[in-house]
Amino acid sequence: MSNQTNIQTGNEGSFLDAGRNYIARVKGGETGSLPALLGLMILATIFAVANPIFLKPINFANLLTQTATVTTLAMGLTFVLLLGEIDLAAGVTAGLSAAFLAISMSNYGVAWPLAVIIAISLGMLIGFLIGLLVAKVGIPSFVVTLAAFLAFQGLQLVVVGKGGLIGIDAPPILAIMNTPMPIAFGWILLAVIFVLYVGSALYSRRQRTTSGQLNKPMGILVFRSLTILIVGAGFVSFLNLERGANPAVTSLKGVPYVVPIVLILLAAGTFVLNRTKFGRHVYAVGGNAEAARRAGIQVSRVRIKVFMISSSFAGIAGILMASRQASVDAAAGRSIVLNAIAAAVVGGVSLFGGRGRLSDAVIGGFVIAVIDNGLGLIGLASGLNLAITGGVLLLAATADAITSRKSRTS
Amino acid sequence: MSTETPVIELKNVKKNFGPVEVLKDVNFSVRAGEVTALVGDNGAGKSTLIKGLAGIQPYDQGTILFEGNPVELKSPRQSSDLGIDVVYQDLALCDNLDIVHNMFLGREKAHTGVLDEGAMESKAADTLTSLSVRTVKSVRQKVARLSGGQRQTVAIARAVLWNNKVVILDEPTAALGVAQTEQVLQLVRRLADSGKAVIIISHNLQDVFAVADRIYVLYLGKMTAAVKKSETSQADVVGYITGAKTQEVGV
Repeated sequence: MSNQTNIQTGNEGSFLDAGRNYIARVKGGETGSLPALLGLMILATIFAVANPIFLKPINFANLLTQTATVTTLAMGLTFVLLLGEIDLAAGVTAGLSAAFLAISMSNYGVAWPLAVIIAISLGMLIGFLIGLLVAKVGIPSFVVTLAAFLAFQGLQLVVVGKGGLIGIDAPPILAIMNTPMPIAFGWILLAVIFVLYVGSALYSRRQRTTSGQLNKPMGILVFRSLTILIVGAGFVSFLNLERGANPAVTSLKGVPYVVPIVLILLAAGTFVLNRTKFGRHVYAVGGNAEAARRAGIQVSRVRIKVFMISSSFAGIAGILMASRQASVDAAAGRSIVLNAIAAAVVGGVSLFGGRGRLSDAVIGGFVIAVIDNGLGLIGLASGLNLAITGGVLLLAATADAITSRKSRTS
Repeated sequence: MSTETPVIELKNVKKNFGPVEVLKDVNFSVRAGEVTALVGDNGAGKSTLIKGLAGIQPYDQGTILFEGNPVELKSPRQSSDLGIDVVYQDLALCDNLDIVHNMFLGREKAHTGVLDEGAMESKAADTLTSLSVRTVKSVRQKVARLSGGQRQTVAIARAVLWNNKVVILDEPTAALGVAQTEQVLQLVRRLADSGKAVIIISHNLQDVFAVADRIYVLYLGKMTAAVKKSETSQADVVGYITGAKTQEVGV
């Protein structure tokens, strides 16, 4: 067994050693989403002091639904960014999926679950076509998706009709963004997350023990589980507070339905990236495509799949967008893709490929949403809001470029 | 010398790039337990010969015998299935992954679709230990953080991990300092002593003479010499490389 040799696995030592190792990694440039998380806290503190409404439950719930669409799109884009590619068409793909969802329900009387499947399948098909052009024909993804960005705007106009607006009236679709879950569901959700986290951590510990490998100190697992429990309980109880303007007429409390949807996407995507062969191949192709090819990985197949995943996420984002606005117009989704790319990069996903996680995209999505929301509450002009978002993105991209250069030259 | 069948034998191999003949009726054979050096000036066709063995760039004509049986090498997969592995000069490692991930790249172990990190980690550590590697501290380090010698070690260990019969090393010491070169050459020797056929490509004749059993020389796409190290000298080999000397090549 390896623990009799001088070769370590990085799991030796105590809880404190693990902490020290983490600090050393951060100092070495592997910061992950830490800067974004710190930025988020600073921004939240500033806005909370500037305008107390920022901390009200109603605003927090708004923030969650504001960020959900961009976050979902950003999670999908993370897959593409991990390959060092880009998908400028993700936003209009979301718009087109939303249009197909709305039209299939309102014009053809399709039941909502089928309409949802149609919307996501459309996304997947678009991703397949983009992936095919990038991987097999060899056109840079920037060009392919720019072309798709333009073409799908036109298609959207044709499908929806100029100046047209298609309403959504299926209650389950509308509920996603506009109705909170019953109070108890929030707690059940937290319990499920906690059990799944502890269960999967214990499973991988047992797997390591079976093959004779050391595990990380138990203290880390306890620390992380308790963090999930405490932070989660805070969120749920906060969202379960009454936030209706006039509770006597309409009571509004509970976790929005969109929260579990985003969490499921986050968990599933993270599992695929971290624990499956395909996920490992995505990181490998993003890190060094030639090395991956020589190792026998079918690089073009990985590329196509990644674009399919990204565009499927865009399809889901389209459904969220349609739910929030209760309608789909001819320009739906045009403007959100840049915010989504910004969210991923601000969260710590590298534009150079090979580095980043889906949780980074979620945190980045929050940063973008908090800037938007907080500056709106302070009452600053919206021009300043865009300028600040741009500045934050530039800052994140600078950090990314410096980190990437450091790891290339060392 | 061993009289057994060579692990790999190339007969009259040809390769053209457009009008340029890069390999002209090349014969080449490697035996288990030996380090075979392939030398030649830039553009002599060394890389082309190796890429053919790796299945990356198939030969146009010629016979490839693997343990005496004719085989085709049309894809990297076919080569690695036969047990031929190439450690490239540019190392072909993914900087953003750790040592274990790199050693199992493309051939990860998984249980019902879920990666078995524990088993991979333990096998990677065992392999490094079996090669008496002392320079690598933790198998969970990112490759980006390793030195040139450590990276070369990981790349060679990857080839060993899969119990390959033939390990091809493309300029393994080109980017290394003196101490690291020494370590890598010792590793190369241990590989051959453990019964593998090792092919080493190098510009550095000192390294070649330190480690090789047999030396093949390519000159402008032709195999101009095939000699045992014990029966030649550095001056002769320099002569073959520059075309000043030639030798009839018997296979």
